[in-house]
Amino acid sequence: MHELSVAQNLLATISAETAKQKSRPIRAKISCGILNAINDELLTEALGAISKGTSCEGIGLEIEHKPMRGLCKKCGQEFDVDFSKCCCASCGSIDFKLLEDAPLILEEIEFETG
Amino acid sequence: MKVKVGKKILSANEQYAEQNRRFFAERRILCLNMISSPGSGKTSILTRTINELKGKVKIGVIEGDIQTDYDAQRIKATGADVVQINTEGACHLSAAQVSGALEKLPVSKLEVIFIENVGNLVCPSAFELGESGKTAVLSVAEGDDKPAKYPALFAKSKVLLINKIDLLSLGAAIDFDIEKVKSEVHRLNKKIEIFSVSAKTGEGYDGWCHWLAEQAKKTNATNCK
Repeated sequence: MHELSVAQNLLATISAETAKQKSRPIRAKISCGILNAINDELLTEALGAISKGTSCEGIGLEIEHKPMRGLCKKCGQEFDVDFSKCCCASCGSIDFKLLEDAPLILEEIEFETG
Repeated sequence: MKVKVGKKILSANEQYAEQNRRFFAERRILCLNMISSPGSGKTSILTRTINELKGKVKIGVIEGDIQTDYDAQRIKATGADVVQINTEGACHLSAAQVSGALEKLPVSKLEVIFIENVGNLVCPSAFELGESGKTAVLSVAEGDDKPAKYPALFAKSKVLLINKIDLLSLGAAIDFDIEKVKSEVHRLNKKIEIFSVSAKTGEGYDGWCHWLAEQAKKTNATNCK
């Protein structure tokens, strides 16, 4: 349940951006890698709970999960790693390297217009 | 109206982690962030490691628990310096908490600092503390499917300790295929060092303690000032 800590950091990041706009934030879009281990329901619930009474109350959340990428040392292809198989998606080799996992990013905020 | 932001959400934690990383580098201290499920034997591994390396490697510990200082008391009994952090409900340590704890440790006399994170196989691995490497612990009683089910920790760790191998003598009652675990973990992480140990009997400690002492020596020899 580290989603609560993530939500606190997310709320701080959204609030800082909201302070620059003269409008209410309706929806935030974030992206994360698999190693961030984010559960969508828990993060949405946590953000909803801690944003009550703030300028971000009622904000919607869209979460994009980016797959872990691997680089095959045999055929040179980059591919999405399936941890249940753990081999190159093109040639099946197990000799591959995990590429850097995507960090947690606040991509975009949608603000009320008018 | 949509506004592109593109900012890292955990940047506050990352700044503290970077500060800690510099702190360790300047003092040539090896810092290992120990992560596992509750009850895998992190504290027992530490107390035996401290005792085995007494007079050879100076080890200090930062203990992370939701509540109580039970673990810190066990470390203190070995004579090693220890600082307890209580997270009051949080399931992982943050880099800022570690920064605070470092002020209370006599760091100038330490070569290795272990951070024993809150017992949890998922959350702690998502928060960098500025460590030199993560140390995963998996006890044989937890089952050999854990690397496949919780890949994040095993993919990110520098070293894995498979603990409680004395229980393997129970045979079918334990049902833990150590070779399967090693090959699955190596698939996730080619560079990881794996040691099979028993904190209870001391089995496997020669290899682990030798590696740790070598790593401490290597860190101490790096010219980073």
